[in-house]
Parts: sequence; C-alpha cells; structure tokens
Amino acid sequence: MSKMHLKLKVNGQEVETLAEPRELLIHVLREKLDITGPHIGCETSHCGACTVDMDGKSVKSCTVFAAQAQGAQITTIEGIANPEGMHVLQEMFREHHGLQCGFCTPGMITRAWRLLQENPNPTEEEVRFGMSGNLCRCTGYQNIVKAVLAAASEMNSAKEAAE
Amino acid sequence: MNEMTPTREERVANLKGMGCARKRVEDARFTQGKGNYVDDVKLPGMLFGDFVRSPHAHARVKSINTEAALALPGVVAVLTAKDLEPLGLHWMPTLAGDKQMVLADGKVLFQGQEVAYVVAEDRYIAADAIELVEVEYEDLPVITDPFKALEEGATVLREDLEGQTEGAHGPRRHPNHIFLWEQGDKAATEEVIAGAEVVAEEMIYYHRTHPCPLETCGCVASMDKINGKLTLWGTFQAPHVVRTVASLLSGIAEHNIRVISPDIGGGFGNKVGVYPGYVCSIVASIVTGKPVKWVEDRMENLMATAFARDYWMQGKIAATKEGKITGLWCHTTADHGAFDACADPTKFPAGFFHICTGSYDIPVAWVGVDGVYTNKAPGGVAYRCSFRVTEAAYFIERMIEVLALRLGMDAAELRRINFIRKDQFPYHSALGWEYDSGDYHTAWDKALKAVDYEGLRREQAERLEAFKRGETRKLMGIGLSFFTEIVGAGPVKNCDILGMGMFDSCEIRIHPTGSAIARLGTISQGQGHATTFAQILASETGIPADMITIEEGDTDTAPYGLGTYGSRSTPVAGAATALAGRKIRAKAQMIAAYLLEVHDNDLEWDVDRFVVKGAPERFKTMAEIAYASYNQAIPGLEPGLEAVSYYDPPNMTYPFGAYICVMDIDVDTGEAAIRQFYALDDCGTRINPMVIEGQVHGGLTEALAIAMGQEIAYDEMGNVKTATLMDFFIPTAWETPNYTTDWTETPSPHHPIGAKGVGESPNVGGVPAFSNAVHDAFRTFGLTQAHMPHDHWRIWKVASDLGLHG
Repeated sequence: MSKMHLKLKVNGQEVETLAEPRELLIHVLREKLDITGPHIGCETSHCGACTVDMDGKSVKSCTVFAAQAQGAQITTIEGIANPEGMHVLQEMFREHHGLQCGFCTPGMITRAWRLLQENPNPTEEEVRFGMSGNLCRCTGYQNIVKAVLAAASEMNSAKEAAE
Repeated sequence: MNEMTPTREERVANLKGMGCARKRVEDARFTQGKGNYVDDVKLPGMLFGDFVRSPHAHARVKSINTEAALALPGVVAVLTAKDLEPLGLHWMPTLAGDKQMVLADGKVLFQGQEVAYVVAEDRYIAADAIELVEVEYEDLPVITDPFKALEEGATVLREDLEGQTEGAHGPRRHPNHIFLWEQGDKAATEEVIAGAEVVAEEMIYYHRTHPCPLETCGCVASMDKINGKLTLWGTFQAPHVVRTVASLLSGIAEHNIRVISPDIGGGFGNKVGVYPGYVCSIVASIVTGKPVKWVEDRMENLMATAFARDYWMQGKIAATKEGKITGLWCHTTADHGAFDACADPTKFPAGFFHICTGSYDIPVAWVGVDGVYTNKAPGGVAYRCSFRVTEAAYFIERMIEVLALRLGMDAAELRRINFIRKDQFPYHSALGWEYDSGDYHTAWDKALKAVDYEGLRREQAERLEAFKRGETRKLMGIGLSFFTEIVGAGPVKNCDILGMGMFDSCEIRIHPTGSAIARLGTISQGQGHATTFAQILASETGIPADMITIEEGDTDTAPYGLGTYGSRSTPVAGAATALAGRKIRAKAQMIAAYLLEVHDNDLEWDVDRFVVKGAPERFKTMAEIAYASYNQAIPGLEPGLEAVSYYDPPNMTYPFGAYICVMDIDVDTGEAAIRQFYALDDCGTRINPMVIEGQVHGGLTEALAIAMGQEIAYDEMGNVKTATLMDFFIPTAWETPNYTTDWTETPSPHHPIGAKGVGESPNVGGVPAFSNAVHDAFRTFGLTQAHMPHDHWRIWKVASDLGLHG
C-alpha cells in the first residue's frame, strides 16, 4: 500500500515519517517514532492505555488513523515531565501508589494531565467520570483518584503562590 | 555521641525495612513511560507473527491453502500443523498432563483456536495475510455444556484420546471425561448427611471468566544461529519453567536458551501457561533466522488464552438444629474446555479446591471433581487466586448463607459458632490440610463492630418495611464473607509443575561499598517486588533498602525459581530472601568478630551493625564489614560477601480475612450501588502496608467485576459472545467504589518472617462478599441461589421471578 508523508509535532518536536494512511497513530508512534510510553491494551478504544493528547484533546491513539493525525500536535507521556523533573501528576501517582504494573499508567497520566487543564479543581466524582475512559486492572482506581485530586490541589497551590 | 551520629530510631528509619510504607522504586520508570514491556522490545530485522484462527467451535479442517498469503509481498512464511509435525511440535504438553494442539491438526475444537501462523515483515502485512489463508472447514456438532458432554452417545471431542481409558489423573469413564478427583471420606460424609437434623443443598455455579491483564500475552523469539542461542522475551509469570519447557520441546540445550520476562503489564494467572504463540514464534525464528515478535490482540486474548473458573458445584451441608455444622459434601463438574490446560501443581488436577471447608471446623467432608472436555477454549488458570481457591471460597461462603436461611439463623452468628478456634491451630481439616495459624473470632468481631453490623441489620429491616409499604423500590443487601486462603505453593514433596519442585530462590551479592544486588526466581507483574523484597533484605542485613537492587526475570542471571502466581512470591521467595539475608549476616558476624578481635558469640546484632556485648561503643557496621570482606584477608573465610538460598516451604500459608459489602439494589432496574465495602485482611507479618492496601483495592475490583458482570459466555454454536472489552466487563473508575481496609496480624509460625501473602485474598474473599450482598437483599423473598455474574439484567430477572415487579 502506498505511503503518505506524515508530518507531526510530537512532544514539541517536528517529526516526519512515511506511513500508510490506514496505519493507526499508536503504531506510528511506537514503531516508527520509538515513542513506546503509550501502550496497546485492546485496539478497540475501550481501555485507554494508548491515550495521547492530540491538538488539545485526549484521544485513544489506537482509533486514530495516521492520516487523521496529519499536522497534529501530539503530547505523550514522554512529553509531560518538565525539564526540571517529574510533573506533579507523576509525583502524585508515586506518592499515592496510583500504579502497580504500570501498563495503564502512561495513558492514565496523559488523560489526567488534560483533565486538570479542562477542570483544574475537580471533585472526586468529576475525576472518576473524567478518567472513566481509562481502564486499570491492578489498582481499583482508589489511589489513582487520590493521586489526581492531590495533583490538582498541588497545582492550584503552586498557581496561587505564583500569583 | 555527637549530634551528627544518627540515633537508633534514625538508623531504623533509614533502612526502610519491613513494616514501612516505602514508596515504590518502580514508579519513576512507569510514570514517565520508560517501562520495558514485551511489545517495546525491538530487534533489527524483526518479523511479526499472527494467527489464522478458527471461526468454528468444532469442525474438521479439510484443507488449508496458503498460496495467496505467501504471494503477498512482505510475507515470509506460513506455518501449519504439517510444518510443525516433523519437529514433533504440532502438539505440546499442557501443565495438567494433557496435550494441546499448537496448530489445528485435522480438526478444531474451540472458536479462536490457532490454525496457521503467518510471519511477515510488519504487523499490517501479517494481518492482511491471515485473511488470504483459505481454510476449508466441515462443521461438527458442538458441545458447550459439560453435563451434555458426559451424556451417553455424546459427540466425541478428543478423537486423539479415543480408546484411552486412563488419563493423567486416573480412569476416564467417558470419551469426554478427563478425570475424577476425590478427597475426604465419602461414605462417612453421606452417612452424616443422611442422619443430620438439617441439610441444605444447592447447586452453586462459578461462571467462566478471564484474567484479562491490561497487557495481552506475547513474546519475541530470537534464534542466533551463529552461537546457537535462543533468546525468548515474553510475558511469562514463570520464566525459568518456560526455559525448561522450551528446552524439552525444542531439543535446544537449556544453557543455550535465555528467557527474559521484561516488565509485565499484569498477569493474574493469564501468563503462567505456555501458549501456541510462543512455540510458533520460536519455530519461526529458527526457520527464518530472524527475530519474530508475536503479541496477541485483546480479542485473541479473551477467546483463546487461558480462561478461569467454570465450576458447577453441587453442595450439601449438614448441621444440628443449633447450627453446628456436622458435614460437607461437594460434587463439582469442571468444564475444562477442549484441552486440559489448567495451571495447577501436577498432583492437584482440581488445584487446592479441597480448601472448601473454609474457615470452619467441619468434622467430615468429601469433595469429588469431574473434569470434562467441551468445545470451549482451554485454560482453568488461577485468576488472581491460588489454584481453585476462589471457587472453594465461593462455594463454602454461599453454602453457609444457604444453611443460615434454612436454619433461620443470622449468617454472621452461624459463621461465628463454626469457626476454627484459635486454640485449634495448627488445625487438620477433614480434607487433609494443616492450617498453620489463625484467629478468626478476633477478626470477625473487629469487622462486625467496624461496620456496626447490628445497626446495618436494623436499617435493612426498616428498608424492607418501607419497601413493602411502597415507599421505596430499593432493597438493601449485606454481603458477608469470611475466607481462608491457601497460598505459597508449595512443599516440594507434593507440589511440582512439570516435575519441577515448587521451591523458590534468592541470591544476594553485597558490593564493597555496602550496597547490594539481589536476584530472585520470581517475577513482578505489578506487585512491587523491587520495593518490598529490598525491605526484607534491609531488615535482615542492615543495608538500606534504597541501596539494594532487586532483579528478576532473566534466566541467565537469576537463580531458578517457579515464578509468581498463587500468592507464592512472599511465602516462598520472600522466605528465601530472608534466609539468604541471614546467611549474609552469619558471615558478617564472623568478619566483625575478627575485626573487633572478639569471639563471634560476644557480638549482638543491632539494626545495621554488630556490637560487642556490653560495650556499645565497639561495633562494625554492615558497610564496614562489606568493605573488609573485599579488602582484607580474613583467616578461615573466603573473600567476598554473597549468599544464595533455595527455600522449600514446609507448609502452605493460610491468610484469611473478613469482608462486608453493603449495597442498595433497585428492584426495577436491577442496578446495584455499592455504598460500603469493608475489608479486613490478615496476611501475617506486613512488609509494606501501602503495597498491601493497593493489592487489596485491586483484588476487590477484580472481584467486583467477576461477581457483578464479567464473564466469558458462549452461545450454543460455541461462539464467544464476550470477546471484546465492550462485552467483557471491566469496571471503570466510575463503577468502582471506595474501599475501607483494615487488618489483624497473625504471623505464620513456619515462615522465617511470618508473612503469608496477600495479592489474591481480596479476589478470593471479595467475590462471595459481593454475591452474598445481592442474595441477601432478596433473602426474605425466598431467594436461595442466583448464579453470577449479577449484572443488571440478571438482578432484574431475580426480582421479576420473585414476583417483585407487581
């Protein structure tokens, strides 16, 4: 099958690659660009392990064709940490034991990262609803929810302190 | 002592040893996307494998035409059973003493069965090519009901076994029969039941489900023809056993095989067995001379890779009028699917199902399990439980409830009067186990008090009255569960997998500057071994956990062990770790004695150092001792500081717990809202409370899934109706409640640090708690048994059948 010239901005860097239009974004990221943080858990958009941020929205990259991603700005788990160190979400997931096997974690954190931009001060219920597109088999979510709420609180305090 | 000298408390804290909620060392990698799972393994020239799978549940394979597939550019090879037959690899042995087709040999026996294996340059070409393989099938009658499979004249499923009246576990009485396995005294039990004041009888079905880890199964096989070495990366819960099996199957000498379990994205029993994908990938790599990756997709995982449960348990429980249990009888029909591929210790074809007398002092019991072939996927793995222990716990915890109904007695009280008492341990059960320790009454009382059990019952009674008055359509259910697990398989004298005794191991190397590396025969799949095993070693050796690297999963470097499943890592490898640490300390004591010029016996251990008795200012720290072991000649001692321990446990461990679930059930919609869940676990000595709590949260959520909606369902044609995550229920953050965790601590008397294991307790105890809550809501309307999963429709149906819809 003929390939298209794909140009993306991934984690702040311009990248180019050749891909069949039918190729899924998750495969382009993982196989062509060596960005292996996002994982494949179902390939049917149910589990959210492949969640990345595309043009300001959380998407399941197993259900986005390479062709649909042409010219998009993409952020993956690899692009979330600050140059100074881990993002507060990453720290809070560790602090509150919000992960076990780690397979869902990149998608979870990438989703939470967008959720807290959409809603910087969510209730527990809003976190549970906003994260419900991401499945976890290990944690029972309780500590994930705790981690996201703690991150929101830290981020809000930091923002207040800066103002 | 100057102010810079740390106090004893500071030294203890600095260790981050046992009992401390140490943050996990794994997390920095995982939270930044730097895990290394099997699908992240990328090798030069790597090819991709994919399966042609059977759309039929039972059919003869008339022909396979691979021409069109082979003609597709980028396709390298297509393997069928004919290609594997000359190598003797078209069938493979299972862990349960049966054999299984690697690729369809003349017929297929379940939907999704592997028929041909395509190897291509990328996964898209492989996926295209499987569509081009033409397979001609001829339908055969399908059997999905294990009772029908045993009827006279039923279609013979396993023609390869025709005429074989002896199976791996005794006589087969029907062509679709696998084994009858019995424990206990049948005649005595039946006599007690015949003469009992009260007998409750019920059929309890624990439905077929699936471990469904978020990462599916997969491998990368790489045969290096120059040096004759095969390297196999894969999602293996037991990498060392996989190496031995790979050697026996392939004929490649074991030292020429290196098996690596990289990071594993959850296992839950799904990744214990050996699957056709591994065999085909190895063969493909040998044939092509290139690395071959195979990773199943979710549909393949749910359809073909290791289901769990599917036990039909007919039970009879006898008691006095006062509620003292006098006998327990259980006959189980176990649907094993097309091949008996259960992952149980060899001598236990029904696993440890005979722990089904539970936490109760039952004088006489009998259990018989008939294994049966059907046109369903093979498996029967221990999905987050020790072998068949969750089936056993569900059975007894349902039978207790049924008996309570029969007696008109409170189910909490019925449990209490039948618990094994603290003074009865070690307790010999009627079915042959020796329970090592327990204190059930204390745990039960603590749990009932914590939830205000009597208050809940009062509220439930008021709700019932309001329901009858038409003021509410919601009923309240209180689900009780008291479970005893049996984990830590197991003593080599009776537990083995394919002949390998179920010991485990730890090897420690202390470096000159006082840090260390330890390697174990187990493999973490999320349990946090790199964190918790370092805590055990910190407490045993005085080296801070932060200075200890834990490595697992590479058979070239780690000592042989039987792997991680059945909650065995802490009971077995954890014991090996503690004992290896003690060997280090024993040698360190001799070194310290030499350095301090005293006799060994004049020293005592204190946190991280040996101190001269009566002279606290004279000591040598473990760091100083480690350095000395490398830099000076010590008479009578070899240089260096290393130890290895292979631990053969003298007994299993018996964690237990008390769980209580409260739910509100909408009679008209069948929705069940869990408003409270209290979980008390006693896993003996607690190594890391944070990790324990995380394991309990996760296990309870898997239990919630199983009890309330998750199943592998088939239609009569043998089509899998639940092959995607749209149909196969996995709770999201939205459906999952918050849990309250609690504990008591009854150390195991035979384990070096008293630990018992915890990962599977919440699944084992959780399923009956959820299910009993549903039953309890309808108790006063006459419901005795409703089969799981209790999804909205099934609960609605229960209400409807009880006449509650007016």
